[in-house]
Amino acid sequence: MAVKKNMDLKKCPMPSQDPMVRNRNFDEVALGYTLEMAVGEARRCLSCPKKPCVSACPVQIDIPAFIERVANEDIEGAYAILSASSALPAVCGRVCPQESQCEGKCVRGVKGESVAIGRLERFVADWHREHSGQLPVKPAQNGHKVAVIGAGPSGLTCAGDLAKLGYAVTVFEALHVAGGVLVYGIPEFRLPKEIVRREIEGLKAMGVEILTNMVIGKVLTIDELFEDMGYEAVYIASGAGLPRFMGIPGESLKGVYSANEYLTRINLMKAYREGSKTPIMKSRCVAVVGGGNVAMDAARSAKRLGADEVYIVYRRGMAELPARAEEVEHAIEEGIIFKTLTNPTQVLGDENGFVRGMTCVEMELGEPDSSGRRRPVVKEGSEFTLDVDTMIMSIGTSPNPLIRSTTPGLETNRWGCIVTNGDDGLTSREGVYAGGDAVTGAATVILAMGAGKNAAKAIDAYIKSK
Amino acid sequence: MFEILLKQRLNPTVTKMVIHAPFVARKAEPGQFIIFRAHEDSERVPLTIADYDREAGTVTIIYQIVGGSTMELNAMEAGESLCDFVGPLGVATHTEGLRKVAVVGGGVGCAIAYPVTKKLHDLGCEVHAIVGFRNADLVILEEEFAAASDKLFLMTDDGSRGEKGLVTAALEKLILEGNQYDEVIAIGPLVMMKFVSLLTKKYGVRTTVSMNPIMIDGTGMCGGCRLTVGGETKFACVDGPDFDGHLVDFDEAIKRASMYAEFERHAREAACNLMNREVQ
Repeated sequence: MAVKKNMDLKKCPMPSQDPMVRNRNFDEVALGYTLEMAVGEARRCLSCPKKPCVSACPVQIDIPAFIERVANEDIEGAYAILSASSALPAVCGRVCPQESQCEGKCVRGVKGESVAIGRLERFVADWHREHSGQLPVKPAQNGHKVAVIGAGPSGLTCAGDLAKLGYAVTVFEALHVAGGVLVYGIPEFRLPKEIVRREIEGLKAMGVEILTNMVIGKVLTIDELFEDMGYEAVYIASGAGLPRFMGIPGESLKGVYSANEYLTRINLMKAYREGSKTPIMKSRCVAVVGGGNVAMDAARSAKRLGADEVYIVYRRGMAELPARAEEVEHAIEEGIIFKTLTNPTQVLGDENGFVRGMTCVEMELGEPDSSGRRRPVVKEGSEFTLDVDTMIMSIGTSPNPLIRSTTPGLETNRWGCIVTNGDDGLTSREGVYAGGDAVTGAATVILAMGAGKNAAKAIDAYIKSK
Repeated sequence: MFEILLKQRLNPTVTKMVIHAPFVARKAEPGQFIIFRAHEDSERVPLTIADYDREAGTVTIIYQIVGGSTMELNAMEAGESLCDFVGPLGVATHTEGLRKVAVVGGGVGCAIAYPVTKKLHDLGCEVHAIVGFRNADLVILEEEFAAASDKLFLMTDDGSRGEKGLVTAALEKLILEGNQYDEVIAIGPLVMMKFVSLLTKKYGVRTTVSMNPIMIDGTGMCGGCRLTVGGETKFACVDGPDFDGHLVDFDEAIKRASMYAEFERHAREAACNLMNREVQ
């Protein structure tokens, strides 16, 4: 059915909580499109023949096809297309960096703004959850067993894809709840945990078994999964690992957190709730060191916990911030202060060992380094002190040693990341595949999901070829 | 769910529980720890493993009631189940090739010192156990230590049981008497481990301490349990909990341990009030 195209140059704006209201609560920031908005926005898609958006999607969703269903008000039809490619559409619609993926390639973006693909994806997934709520059915079993290590986005995607093919999949999760970074890292205001829980319910309905409190490498080794428990292949998606610190004086003072710890206390352990049993500092002034999505999450969480001033301290410039554009915009709207081209040199403590400030230097951008980004260099004589009582280090992670240290023959690189042969995630061990942050180091949810998807395909081919 | 099979009060503030946790029991070794959550909304709390029985599929924990979480645990009885119980976590205590060892335990730390004492004893190592408590009422595991060591030295701060004095005094005396230890293993309050390490450094005796900093996930993710060891940042959950006592920055660890002292005080009061109300 041909529908009239909407030639508006701009995306339909996302209804959102007012910034000065939302920076005091943990409710979701973006409120979601109405059906009318979604249909109107879907009609901006030109259904162009080359589909550049699809090739830019790590899980290859047939984007024009699902958008066309939305334009025709067939939301369940759109959901069927999304769920064929993505195990977690309600999650991706919220946390994918669309501007550098699907939307970045959209032809509507040449003159004006791209189609709001992410917002439409979210709308469809939410609509399905709210109106249909029908859980998927368990496919016919093929009699083969696969173990997945880690119930984060990569592991869940791999598990979902294998379950659809009829495999009996067991996901081993170290924490007491499934979801990985979706539950311990990304805050409630960006990704409500109820949504994660519902997506995981869907996987369970497909027959995926999730065992919590199972730290692979400790309670069971990879070899035991094969030999004692009869799994025919293993997918390692154990995540990014331990936080890095800068190595500057004062990092052990009370009030210095890693972003992982800060966010875990808030998200996984619900420290933001009144009466929570998990403590968190009641901060007045907070500096978050780093410029990625995790840094934005930590800064915006600190603001919501009642801090007066929250700074992002980043050694390069605004243009170099690795965070999604939308997260940076939201942070600015909520009153987060960006101290870019600034680098901490020391954390200062009071007589009781609590943080009372930090000294920083100003930076300027010099020649490009090996990453192609301009290297920040210290501006002479620029040292100054920032008045803070909490510092949150968000400068990346190094891989968790538990699996590599207990899996003979599993090749890792000099940083400790698991080495794979390329797209399909095969490691140096037969039948052992890996993906997500355990392989790439800290990256995005959708890249981890893409890796899980590719590994599922490869595992299926491997087991069928045996 | 992880059933409490046995609950036994060892002294007014220290309790032993035997938990049904077959996966943990299968691999547990002295020096490793578990993380438990009593209920769905509880904190994750690390406790070092006090004993295990692989065949029965049980793990023993011994805890001191210090804050809201341990009070919550202590309110549970045999037959009830813990919501979560994960482990064994951390690296097991190194015991191979040791011929003569002094194990120094302080207070509830003796609960952790006991399994390594037993293991060393079973391996044929000569073990001198020095255990210290504030007073006679707080003594735990005396018979167990006596059975698992070649010599047991029981110390109390007030002399109400055993010899009066600190564990460091007993250890120094043994060293001065000519006992040559391959290693000293010290497990107890941070201050005790600090002073044992200072002492053994003076005499050049290698020393292992078991650190128990504040932790959340305990699996190598949050970084809350970081310590400075030999000038480097180490994580107790995956690099430890055992470290070289001569390299640990104890003063920093002591400061960090008090980070939530105020919050804990409130939590403890809240838990007490809740229990008082229930009693009324």
